[in-house]
Amino acid sequence: MITHKQHKNTLPGADDITRDILANGITTLVRSNFNNPSVVIHGYLNTGALQDPDDKLGLADFTASMLMRGTQQHTFNQVYELLESSGASLGFSGNIHTTSFSGKALIEDLPMLLNLLFELITSPVFPQSYVEKMRSQLLTGLALRSQDTAEMANLAFDQLLFAGHPYSRPEDGYPETISKITRDDLVQFQKYNYGPRGMVLVIVGAIEPPHALDLVKAAFTGWINPEQTTPPALPELNPFSSTLERKETITGKVQSDIVVGCSGPRRNSAEYLPISLGNNILGQFGMYGRIGDVVREQSGLAYYAYTRLNSGIGPGSWQVSAGVNPVNVEKTIALVQEELARFVRQPVKVEELQDSQANFIGRLPLSMESNAGVASALVSLERYQLGLDYLRGYADKVKAVTPSEILEAGQRFLDPHKLAIAVAGP
Amino acid sequence: MENEITACRLENGLQVQLKELHASPIISSWVWYRVGSRNETPGITGISHWVEHMQFKGTPRFPQGVMDKVISREGGTWNAFTYLDWTTFFETMPAEKIDTALQLEADRMVNSLYDLEEVSSERNVIISEREGNENEPLFQLGEAVQKAAFSVHSYRHEVIGDMNDLHSIQRDDLYRYYQQYYSPSNAVLAIAGDFDAEKMLVKIQAEFGELTASSPPPSFIPSEPTPATQQWVDVNGPGETAFMQVAYHAPQACQADFFPFTVLDSLLTGPSGLNMFGGGGISNKTSRLYQKLVETQLVVGVHGGLSATIDPYLYDITVTIHPERQPEEALLTLDEEIDRVLQSPVTEAEVQRAIKQARALFVYGAENVTNQGFWLGYSEMFASYDWFTRYLEHLSEVTPEDIWQVARKYLTRANRVVGIYHPAKGNQ
Repeated sequence: MITHKQHKNTLPGADDITRDILANGITTLVRSNFNNPSVVIHGYLNTGALQDPDDKLGLADFTASMLMRGTQQHTFNQVYELLESSGASLGFSGNIHTTSFSGKALIEDLPMLLNLLFELITSPVFPQSYVEKMRSQLLTGLALRSQDTAEMANLAFDQLLFAGHPYSRPEDGYPETISKITRDDLVQFQKYNYGPRGMVLVIVGAIEPPHALDLVKAAFTGWINPEQTTPPALPELNPFSSTLERKETITGKVQSDIVVGCSGPRRNSAEYLPISLGNNILGQFGMYGRIGDVVREQSGLAYYAYTRLNSGIGPGSWQVSAGVNPVNVEKTIALVQEELARFVRQPVKVEELQDSQANFIGRLPLSMESNAGVASALVSLERYQLGLDYLRGYADKVKAVTPSEILEAGQRFLDPHKLAIAVAGP
Repeated sequence: MENEITACRLENGLQVQLKELHASPIISSWVWYRVGSRNETPGITGISHWVEHMQFKGTPRFPQGVMDKVISREGGTWNAFTYLDWTTFFETMPAEKIDTALQLEADRMVNSLYDLEEVSSERNVIISEREGNENEPLFQLGEAVQKAAFSVHSYRHEVIGDMNDLHSIQRDDLYRYYQQYYSPSNAVLAIAGDFDAEKMLVKIQAEFGELTASSPPPSFIPSEPTPATQQWVDVNGPGETAFMQVAYHAPQACQADFFPFTVLDSLLTGPSGLNMFGGGGISNKTSRLYQKLVETQLVVGVHGGLSATIDPYLYDITVTIHPERQPEEALLTLDEEIDRVLQSPVTEAEVQRAIKQARALFVYGAENVTNQGFWLGYSEMFASYDWFTRYLEHLSEVTPEDIWQVARKYLTRANRVVGIYHPAKGNQ
């Protein structure tokens, strides 16, 4: 076990994040933490559901799920024997733009983890028997989704908000599209879309950066894929001309889920921080902000009623979610709409903003106490090109936001007469 | 792993456990009350959980709507949980802000208002919480299995309580329950993080030292008789997917059998640690039941759960049935695998592997201050912090023979409930 003097964790910055780009295009970020004898790896490949054909939606996710079912060097059982007998973990998931991975191990097992990562993404064999096993698991997951009121309300919301845009398509597909995917589809997807270009790998844990980079180079330097495709560009989002509603009926349930919202800013846009602070005031601060106060505390209509801002590479979504008794659906929607209208009618109070600013600044160190928290932040820094010193300057950026900026940014996205409203329940 | 702590008891009976950790400028403070659904009687099931909710509804010093803002404004996170044996409240804060959490917890230990209108509003919130649970097949199945497994012990009720009781419990019931159980002499204050223990004790004495103690009522919790026969439970509901839960009566945390049982669970369904906040898990693909049930496509997922409790509770194995198979087929194979454990001891290599996995989960969880604070108090609810610090040592003493004995004692047909969730599949 490595023994180092305990270090006081500070916010990551350019002076303690090591960033390196291999000749084949892989970007690696490393940050040391010797307070715990473990290590995490996070990262992604530059391919995802955006490259799924419409009739085979879920292909990127299916491919990611199959990576650990056997490689040219190891069977399914051998892969998991390596991991589980070491107390390590590794997993993949297919997202809209990326195929992401995350893993964890005791520090002495980092070479094993990196070598296995390389092997899994470069030489999976997609055994036919496991294709069928995985298909059954994915179809069962979709059957459960169809019975989950929260998931179905979110799905309907995305279909309304992003109509005609790739973001309207669920990354895990539909039963009919999963049923059509063949082993050859998986092989082709991996062959043409997995490659080093655009890959990001973050390592955080009890290791010096030069040593970590040596391990990465030893495992990944030789990887090239001349046939690696480039993901398609995103189209523009179609604007709403009026509020659109959709109801998904799920028989036999006793509670309904509601999602109300609009589009949101991209993660690296100037509007992101004002909207993010406004979102905190609207439906997160304390016990769910203004929305929680009106729907849960004052009216007792719901156990949960909160807002969420989803911002990424493309257009985001800004949504209110609540779970209520079916007889209270209309009443809850009316309360939410009124709160949304108030939010874009008048600026937030200075005191509200100061509360949320203090909350954002104060909670940052809490999110960085674990290796996984730091790794997740470093992935975002790289993904959205925020700069290695972004977290160090974060407090000043948060403090600089004003009520009028929040109002103006809010008005650009949120029109109370042009909302997407989805309900799933009995 | 460093496990040195400062432990003492104030004159009013408040038990204090402090652990200095200086890696991050963060402190996690936990107040644990020795009350949960185990203390409830028919007619007031769910009251422990409801009281937990009411503790967020204000005191004269921190009125409703002020409490949560106080913590959030300081960048803290806070929450509360109610379980079978305990109720707990925590705040994880930037280290220099911890005084706010201490003031708030000391105040609401004795000064909560239980305003009539707040009780009425919260009744709807809790009923909504229960309705959300009822949407889930596994909640319905788990509730039915729990009820079948216990005939007299209060573990037969779900923590959230029966719907009838949620409609009938009144403000005075809640307030009386609060006054009975929320007292320094019935609580543990556990704090982990970046502080000096001596200085922290001075703060604790200042905030909690003057609170008046009261004794909780004597508990008359009947022992559950040994079950005579296997029980079956069928639950029908919406959906397309069947589930099965096989629940065995299991030893309490303080019983010597608990540690061999923990290793047995790891071999059967994969490792599970004591981490509640972060640290992640380890997959279970090489576990015996995954290999026999998922790899053969009888089910699409399997997991096991063993809880550390005061009284004997349940060890459950829960599976999601493959869409083209029947629960009875999965049960047959599950029983074959259980019988294999009963007939021949597991190998020493399997035991050592399970112990390494448990050690890794401990290391992962230890980097999180909130987890450390949780462990400090959690283990006191059913045993002591020593139980936690010696957890890995106890596991490392487990032998294949111990596991065999425990399997023969607990994994019998008569000692279990088999519950099946039958989906309506469109015939609703």
